[in-house]
Amino acid sequence: MSLSAKDKLAVKTIFDKVAHKAEDIGSEALARTLFVYPQTKTYFSHWADLSPGSPQVKKHGLTIMKGVLSAVELIDDLKGGLLTLSELHAFMLRVDPANFKIINHNLLVVLSMMFPDDFTPEVHVSVDKFLAQVSLALSEKYR
Amino acid sequence: MVVWTDQERAYIQDIFSKLNYEEAGPKALQRTLIVYPWTQRYFTSFGNLYNAEAIMSNSKVAAHGVVVLHGLDRAMKNMDDIKKTYAELSVLHSEKLHVDPDNFRLLADCLTIVIAATMGTSFTADVQAAWQKFLAVVVSALCRQYH
Repeated sequence: MSLSAKDKLAVKTIFDKVAHKAEDIGSEALARTLFVYPQTKTYFSHWADLSPGSPQVKKHGLTIMKGVLSAVELIDDLKGGLLTLSELHAFMLRVDPANFKIINHNLLVVLSMMFPDDFTPEVHVSVDKFLAQVSLALSEKYR
Repeated sequence: MVVWTDQERAYIQDIFSKLNYEEAGPKALQRTLIVYPWTQRYFTSFGNLYNAEAIMSNSKVAAHGVVVLHGLDRAMKNMDDIKKTYAELSVLHSEKLHVDPDNFRLLADCLTIVIAATMGTSFTADVQAAWQKFLAVVVSALCRQYH
């Protein structure tokens, strides 16, 4: 399920359009991940406040979204481009890769909420494929 | 037995009251067929599904989307015993239609995304949690009679 030229264009177009809202999108997606899938909170036991509006959730949401936006720039070589991030997730954070699907789902939900006219079914399939490839690249160094 | 809080019941009922079944059902099914094209295997009698435009203008897809949403309506009206309400539907999907249960989750995800688009910011995190819990119960009930 690799990315066609059409997928790459759709991904670049939508993320260009939404980039200015990176903090809102990232923090909403993270907030929903923590709230709707409480098992994900286990990775953040060191945070004081895991509630949706908290400064830590906002800051980390932005970090995640910046990662996604940088992946868009690296779309022609995700495995190579995301190597360092993969090492971080594999050796330091040790996030179970099943959780990548969860945050991806919530990113799609938030994009749909905030940009309903742009998030057409065709854009949806390309973004879904892209996020799946990003997750694979992030899992690369796990074993 | 599934336990629903009053808040969860209110959220679910509120979502259904705001939904236009004739719009949301078709949109969810179209999205499923476009985003997860392997699901088209169950709809070979529906005619032209060759691309997104064909799927979105296919009247059989639209009609079936409405059927699906009315099915969910029944679950919403029988929230305290979805398992029993769906017993026959489960047998139908397994014995007659031979649908891989994974597909129920795919349709559920697409429906969530359609509802998020419709409701915008009123689709808050706790509404999403209640809604996804409801869909998980529905999916589980549909899977029940598979053997």
